[in-house]
Amino acid sequence: MSNRQFKMVTCTINGKERTAMVDVRASLTDMLRNDYSLTSVKKGCEVGECGACAVIIDGECFNSCIYMAIWADGKNITTLEGLTGPKGELSDLQQAFVDETAIQCGFCTPGFILEAETILQKGKIYTDDELRKLLSGHLCRCTGYDNILRAVRKTMYRRQGLPIPPEEDGEER
Amino acid sequence: MYDIKAMYEASSVADAVKLRQQHPEAVILAGGSDVLIKIREGKLAGREMISIYGLDELRGVHLEEDGTLVIGSLTSFSHITADPLIQEHIGVLGEAVDMVGGPQIRAIGTIGGNTCNGVTSADSASTLFAWDAQIELTGPDGVRILPIAQFYLGAGKTDIRPGEIQTSIRIPKKSYEGYKGFYIKYGMRRAMEIATTGCSVNVKLSDDKKTLEDLRIGFGVAAPVPIRAVKTEEKFRKAALSADLADQIGEAVLEDVTPRDSWRASKDLRLHLCQTLAKDAFCEAVKRSGGELA
Repeated sequence: MSNRQFKMVTCTINGKERTAMVDVRASLTDMLRNDYSLTSVKKGCEVGECGACAVIIDGECFNSCIYMAIWADGKNITTLEGLTGPKGELSDLQQAFVDETAIQCGFCTPGFILEAETILQKGKIYTDDELRKLLSGHLCRCTGYDNILRAVRKTMYRRQGLPIPPEEDGEER
Repeated sequence: MYDIKAMYEASSVADAVKLRQQHPEAVILAGGSDVLIKIREGKLAGREMISIYGLDELRGVHLEEDGTLVIGSLTSFSHITADPLIQEHIGVLGEAVDMVGGPQIRAIGTIGGNTCNGVTSADSASTLFAWDAQIELTGPDGVRILPIAQFYLGAGKTDIRPGEIQTSIRIPKKSYEGYKGFYIKYGMRRAMEIATTGCSVNVKLSDDKKTLEDLRIGFGVAAPVPIRAVKTEEKFRKAALSADLADQIGEAVLEDVTPRDSWRASKDLRLHLCQTLAKDAFCEAVKRSGGELA
């Protein structure tokens, strides 16, 4: 390529203001992984179907593989690295994923946890069916989803200071 | 990294129009959930892009003084579903776009892109047809507004002329006042799915809830473009509500639709769906309007 095109992109990533010169052809996944070494952002399908690359942008979860890096200018972005404490301590939600064995190979995990974080930040109690729908943009080929749902559900009740009710009888699916 | 020849970022609607004139071959990039995937597939690889994603002036929903509901073309599906004006006046549109893809797709996908790509399966389209929506396009000669049915020229082809971009979708007060609707998407799975067939029905009942004042039936994937069941609507306008009315409407729509066999589903299945979905969506719309099909 002789005449490559670049743009200066300034955004807040995990609470810090960052600036980089990015190729206009780059996806946000490319920028976060290559310019900022945030490798929790996984390259999965790269066509917006699997959710492994999901990040939080201004409070909403987006697939960063189908989001242009140049669009990130002025945005507030959170990746999985942004949820941990200063010494790498796990958040309550991350710990729940560990405790419930909601992780096997771990490839889908960052996306699931960030999506769950945006859901839980609404501060509402959702039914299992509602949670399934809200989490439906992420594919997991290991766990069969039940443990993931359990981890999210458990954290949802804990954050509201409520006892965790027995599991609903799921309908056949 | 995407295979893009050049990227032009519009800074305003006027700038977008100028860029469209300067680069007539360039593809308009809104949310990108269709265009970027087509670049990956190779279909749109190596092309110039005009990104309008940054035009916040095209986001949001508002009411004009005469009651026209205006939806900025870049409003995402998730924001449409959450919008109080949509919920109050045309709630079924919020429900319909809440069935697109998955949550992250609904965060990036725009209603403008969903209509401009001209596909018959778009979850917003059949409902917008049912609401008699109008499309606003802004170009070098100013603003042009046309009924959504005229906007669709053929499969994958819409009436966006050189220099134009779609700037809003408008629903006049007379189209929504007194109407209630229901949308049913039939798909093979519950998320990340394209409609096998979809049907959106609006009804307006008489004050005593005994007569069908008006009826509008929109279909997706019942023809090469989204359509209205015009003959059926004509036949049953002013009909009295009765126990077998829904069945009659289901039968009648078969005269309006022309689905085809595709790898997703057969023509026969789609015909069956058109009949069943029209019937079921009609029943629900009547129920929402406070009527009874006894």
